[in-house]
Amino acid sequence: MYKLTDVKKEYQKGRSTVAALAGVDLVIEDGEWLAIQGPTGHGKTTLLQILGGLDRPTSGIVDFDGQDLAALRESQVTKVRAASIGFIFQTFNLIPTLSAQENVEAALVPLGAGPAERRARSAKALESVGLGDRLRHLPSELSGGQQQRVAIARALVKEPKVLLADEPTGNLDEDTRDEIISLLEALWREHGLTLILVTHDSPVARRAQRVGIMRNGRLSIKQDTRRPAG
Amino acid sequence: MFFTYLRRELRRRMRQAIFIALGLALGIGLVITVTAASTGVKNAQGTVLHALYGAGTDITVTKAPSSNSGGPFGFRVGGGADNGQRPAAGTTFSRDTLLSRSLGTLHSSSVSSIAKQRGVAAAGGALVLTDLSVSGTIPSASSGGGGFGGGGGASNFKTNSFTVNGADLAVGVVGPLSSAKVTSGRTFTSSDGTSNVAVVDSAYASQNKLATGSTMTVAGTKFTVIGIVSQPQGGNPAQVYIPLTRAQTLASMKNQVNTVYVAAASAADIGSVSKSISGVVPGATVTTSSDLASEVTGSLASASSLANNLGKWLAVAVLVAAFLLASLLTMAAVSRRVREFGTLKALGWRSKRIVGQVMGEAIAIGIVGGAVGVALGFAGAALVSKIAPPLSASVGPTTGTATPGGARTFGGGGGFGGVPGGGSGRPGGGAFSRLAANATHTVAVHLTAPVTIGAVVLAVVLAVAGGFVAGSFGGWRAARLRPAAALSRVE
Repeated sequence: MYKLTDVKKEYQKGRSTVAALAGVDLVIEDGEWLAIQGPTGHGKTTLLQILGGLDRPTSGIVDFDGQDLAALRESQVTKVRAASIGFIFQTFNLIPTLSAQENVEAALVPLGAGPAERRARSAKALESVGLGDRLRHLPSELSGGQQQRVAIARALVKEPKVLLADEPTGNLDEDTRDEIISLLEALWREHGLTLILVTHDSPVARRAQRVGIMRNGRLSIKQDTRRPAG
Repeated sequence: MFFTYLRRELRRRMRQAIFIALGLALGIGLVITVTAASTGVKNAQGTVLHALYGAGTDITVTKAPSSNSGGPFGFRVGGGADNGQRPAAGTTFSRDTLLSRSLGTLHSSSVSSIAKQRGVAAAGGALVLTDLSVSGTIPSASSGGGGFGGGGGASNFKTNSFTVNGADLAVGVVGPLSSAKVTSGRTFTSSDGTSNVAVVDSAYASQNKLATGSTMTVAGTKFTVIGIVSQPQGGNPAQVYIPLTRAQTLASMKNQVNTVYVAAASAADIGSVSKSISGVVPGATVTTSSDLASEVTGSLASASSLANNLGKWLAVAVLVAAFLLASLLTMAAVSRRVREFGTLKALGWRSKRIVGQVMGEAIAIGIVGGAVGVALGFAGAALVSKIAPPLSASVGPTTGTATPGGARTFGGGGGFGGVPGGGSGRPGGGAFSRLAANATHTVAVHLTAPVTIGAVVLAVVLAVAGGFVAGSFGGWRAARLRPAAALSRVE
């Protein structure tokens, strides 16, 4: 799925250069669940954004299914994101003016799906996360856990190959956190997804097959309990 | 999705959307009002000008009178030849003659030469004349100062005058009768060319109790009134119209005209036609409608200046301010939605689609602003029509018209210079011609401010343009967002 070779990302901060990623080498297999932990500001989110094609490395190769995301044109990366990569954010990032169903439909717009298809697929995705009765609710009318479920439905509705989750339980209480992680795990098993999850939460990370630690822009694998998905 | 998203977003920031739309509406309303007022002023000017020259006439060609062109006017009072002897006191006399003193003459062939010029749609000649009749009794030598008229104290002379236009019947689309409305009877037909028939202006007809079928005297010849016409408000019509050939005969001006009315094929041709006419008729005064418009003075000219200068720039300033405001607020709205757009980019939305969404929202606001602006514009135009005071327009002095006012005041200043001991008299020293030529004609015009389809289309275009400009700035900002940076924005 992914093969990262000496990926570096540097930012200019005033006169000094900050290395967010200081040469990351990583291989992620199809259907793997990788959790990435580490202190704040050590490059976890940067790595996730580079894996999602939201940012480009300063140097190195980000091979995704045989394509180097670092070398593709912006429009090509956008296509890859639209078709193959789902995102889940800590703050849910739902469009506040759109209903739960419309938020999920938004992920199908770049794929050129027609209105009827969008409605049907989004309703099914919301049902799969237990929100079949909340289709017309606005985000502000939903709890935090429900909003994150909508975000998960939005990420999964296009049936992506990989799901990138950035602190998906960071804004949730403990019960809701467990609920969401259980849901993600179930979906991961059910869909055979590749799940890459950034988290501060060790109990959450421990549920993954592999756990990587990001420190000073370098990744080291701490746990590898590969077990077959499904 | 596009329209749902657009509608919901506008509803979310309704107050801001209303504020932007009202700003645009104000600018557009002002543009429509000013355009309507400007159209009204132009219409009023057109009314004045058309009344002077006739609808459809773009150019008039006249010639200044030569220094000794007294025309065929002369009195012979008393019997016998002009032997230098004064007629006997108590001799009664009556003369009725057609005069062309304010204008020089052109040969009729000039009309056909002008008609052949490139860009000329039609040309018609006319004789602008004054019928002057004088009657009375020769006073004894001791009873006056040798002068006729008011200054000479000759109360036993009667003078009467009215303006006569010898109209070319072959060309109806230009000339003095082209803008006239027949209120009774009929106007000329081509078969009237050699008949003693007249068409009379309604004001003159009512003053002199003339009706269709009445008879009147022109240059001592009886004419039958075949129709009564009214000219547009603000006009300066001749009082009596007769066929050109009859006017030429009665004024002893065979094959002569003193005014040529020209219609250009298109407004764009007026300048070139004017030049070519100057070449064909050397020494002629070629007056275009715009020349005449520049001579319109009075409150109508002030209103025109107000609409074209202050009004136009005020509207432009408000519109620019509204565009600027809309652009700044749209950019501010985009700034507030950075994470939202970052999320959409993460979902795979192309920048073009996001820019389209932002522009769609801005254009929708622009259209609402345009609709409200059109309503405001109509209201503003109605207000202008309602509260605008009557405007006056003064035209003159011009050489192309003989004014009835001038003719009516003739004789008031002792202008008849009688030749003591002589057998003949002439109008004194060109006083009439100066009077007629220098007369300033003032008319009252009511200003209406019509909103034209063109103005409404302009408003819609401006509204969409306003939205487009605002959306472009906002869209440009949205397009430049890097998804990673947008998503890391703390809100």
